[in-house]
Amino acid sequence: MSEQKCCTCTNEKEQEQKLYEVIKKYKGTKGALIPVLHEAQEIYGYLPLKVQKIISKELNVPLTEIYGVITFYTQFSLNPKGKYKIGVCLGTACYVKGAGAIIDKIKEKLGIHVGECTEDGKFSLDATRCIGACGLAPVMTINDDVYGKLTVDDIEEILEKY
Amino acid sequence: MELVRSHVLVCGGTGCTSSGCEKIIKEMENQLKKNNLDKEIRVIKTGCFGLCALGPIVIVYPEGAFYSMVKPEDVQEIVEEHLLKGRIVKRLLYDETIEEDDTVKSLNEVDFYKKQMRVALRNCGVINPENIEEYIAFDGYKALGKVLTEMTPEQVIDTIKKSGLRGRGGGGFPTGLKWEFTAKAQGDQKYVACNADEGDPGAFMDRSVLEGDPHSVIEAMAIAAYAVGANQGYIYVRAEYPIAVSRLKIAIAQAKEYGLLGQNIFGTDFNFDLEIRLGAGAFVCGEETALMTSVEGHRGEPRPRPPFPAVKGLWGKPTLLNNVETYANIPMIILKGAEWFASIGTEKSKGTKVFALGGKIQNTGLVEIPMGTTLREIVEEIGGGIPNGKKFKAAQTGGPSGGCIPADLIDTPIDYDSLISIGSMMGSGGLIIMDEDTCMVDIAKFFLEFTVDESCGKCSPCRIGTKRMLEILEKITNGNGTMEDIENLEILCKNVKSSALCGLGQTAPNPILSTLRYFKDEYIAHVQDKKCPAGVCKSLLAYTIDAGLCKGCGICAKQCPVNAISGERKNPYKIDTEKCIKCGVCMEKCPFKAIFKNH
Ligand SMILES: Cc1cc2nc3c(=O)[nH]c(=O)nc-3n(C[C@H](O)[C@H](O)[C@H](O)COP(=O)(O)O)c2cc1C
Ligand code: SF4
Ligand code: SF4
Ligand code: FES
Ligand code: FES
Repeated sequence: MSEQKCCTCTNEKEQEQKLYEVIKKYKGTKGALIPVLHEAQEIYGYLPLKVQKIISKELNVPLTEIYGVITFYTQFSLNPKGKYKIGVCLGTACYVKGAGAIIDKIKEKLGIHVGECTEDGKFSLDATRCIGACGLAPVMTINDDVYGKLTVDDIEEILEKY
Repeated sequence: MELVRSHVLVCGGTGCTSSGCEKIIKEMENQLKKNNLDKEIRVIKTGCFGLCALGPIVIVYPEGAFYSMVKPEDVQEIVEEHLLKGRIVKRLLYDETIEEDDTVKSLNEVDFYKKQMRVALRNCGVINPENIEEYIAFDGYKALGKVLTEMTPEQVIDTIKKSGLRGRGGGGFPTGLKWEFTAKAQGDQKYVACNADEGDPGAFMDRSVLEGDPHSVIEAMAIAAYAVGANQGYIYVRAEYPIAVSRLKIAIAQAKEYGLLGQNIFGTDFNFDLEIRLGAGAFVCGEETALMTSVEGHRGEPRPRPPFPAVKGLWGKPTLLNNVETYANIPMIILKGAEWFASIGTEKSKGTKVFALGGKIQNTGLVEIPMGTTLREIVEEIGGGIPNGKKFKAAQTGGPSGGCIPADLIDTPIDYDSLISIGSMMGSGGLIIMDEDTCMVDIAKFFLEFTVDESCGKCSPCRIGTKRMLEILEKITNGNGTMEDIENLEILCKNVKSSALCGLGQTAPNPILSTLRYFKDEYIAHVQDKKCPAGVCKSLLAYTIDAGLCKGCGICAKQCPVNAISGERKNPYKIDTEKCIKCGVCMEKCPFKAIFKNH
């Protein structure tokens, strides 16, 4: 089972140093903002204001524009995600095969809605689009683990593994 | 190279990775070492074979034995029996490859592959995508060499024009013409770009090409760059495709190392470099102008066209944009000739098309068929029909921009123009099969939820119009719709179609229009009879327990998540319809089949 790097275990200095390295790597490249945001999110898990400010200053892009870009793309998040990120595929192939019931079951089990995080920060739930495993529909992911050919009955057992 | 007596191909596509192929590969390597076979037998991790539902898949050559749903504990048997003693492990073979007389059929004979023709997918599932030598061994980069040393840019464009290739990203625009426009455009700097954003939520053709044969796209982009006069390329890939991205990175690095990207390629004065840009989860970025704004680092909002990208694209410079599959065809056209390519397919749709076959179909997976193959051949022969003895109801192509093909048009040939004439479209290759348990109003609602979510909001017909359409659909599926709503829905669709700024908004009404065209009776059933004929729309369902059949075991009551079922043991139980959330669990679990869904 894979665990996402969480913000508390690597110290802040280290993260910031990595961020500056990333910015240095892309500085001067055309259209650097989005690649930098991708890598920054990998370091921090999300894109807090502090990080946006650093990027704004270093890349010389106004903060409002950075905010505009972050909110435009669903991959970027302004809020921290759960330690285990659950993604239920709601692509067409999965939907036709009953992904709706799977997501309902998870919502009920965790008591959260799509886009939310459990209070203890353990799980967050997102609806994703086709992850390319349609042959195994319906499909869900928890961090890097993929579960396919799901039935509603599998959910409890899978969540208990985490 | 050492003398290798057998090759073990293990699929490393996304489907099989999800079903655990990494463990199979590790175990295979362990077992081979243990049996001292690691020198004479090579394990190759390939791209998708197409039959993802049967994964993880292992194929052993030269016998061509096709093992499906292999588990790590099966590997030892394959090694000890097949690879050591030469006895094929029948128990693990894909059923379809075993003849009645117990001999093993070759893969090409199997129904799933028999009617397919692999051009764009020629190397997927054949070579190791992380090894450029294997691509080269299969004529890789030969087309680029030919173009650079023997052909003028005009000749290249002419060849592509003559081949009749049309864009595989959905629009179907003639590729050669697009190349010509870009070549003729004025500009000191030009770019080529590849659209690998694959937005259709339920399709993975481009992903499989990138995962299984990344060099074919790189080679084609270099050819295109030569033809239009560009020296820099961008591949825009969805960030949700980590395996594809990592294989592309490896491939680009290898191509640079071999001098196939960079300066003075093939000793000529042609220079070309390639960069990957990741998308960030916005469907509209598949639209060409939005893609370019996104590569430039902004919110991916479309720009009005004209000017077209061929004139004013990336950073205002002439830019050629093609889809992954379009590119994957190019090297073959150069090597085998325009006439060869034009001999495949129909009069106006040449070549093949890759589809991601999904939904209610036996063989879900990736298929490549010559244009003009009928939907019936795909569903019944390649796809193996509908599971569980259900009836075929409709197929959906083109994802959220497309439409459905009903059962009585199942003999429609798959080509650009036939599909448009029946109100659907080729799309990028998503092909979702639906059976009698699929509600067409619900499907239309599903796609509208998608477009409402993905509308970039720049223009109001799309931003507000799609929301209004979704509201009406919700009203109908909740059982509160009127006949007037259906009429208004149709008018709204036509308005949005004609007034939205970009393709997303212009095509968003298609799923509604096409379901209205072929399944209006289902809409009417929701509105007038307050019934969902397919039994999907929850508000129109009621679960009841048949008192005569109920033995009073109480299993249903235990399973119900909201405690909506009550009763005493040995007496018939009852469902409180107010509390019931219509999850259907009770019906599934009742051992006496005493619970019914009324719709
Ligand atoms: C909303 C929208 C989404 C699109 N998504 C894709 C996509 O995911 N992949 C793609 O190749 N083309 C997509 N297209 C089509 C592109 O705009 C463009 O026509 C295509 O990439 C051109 O390449 P081709 O001529 O090789 O098909 C989309 C168009 C629209 C309007
Ligand atoms: S049609 Fe929709 S997606 Fe396209 S520009 Fe308008 S609002 Fe944006
Ligand atoms: S359908 Fe679900 S909620 Fe309704 S009674 Fe049955 S188990 Fe309970
Ligand atoms: S639709 Fe869910 S994996 Fe493709
Ligand atoms: S991913 Fe393995 S067969 Fe498609």
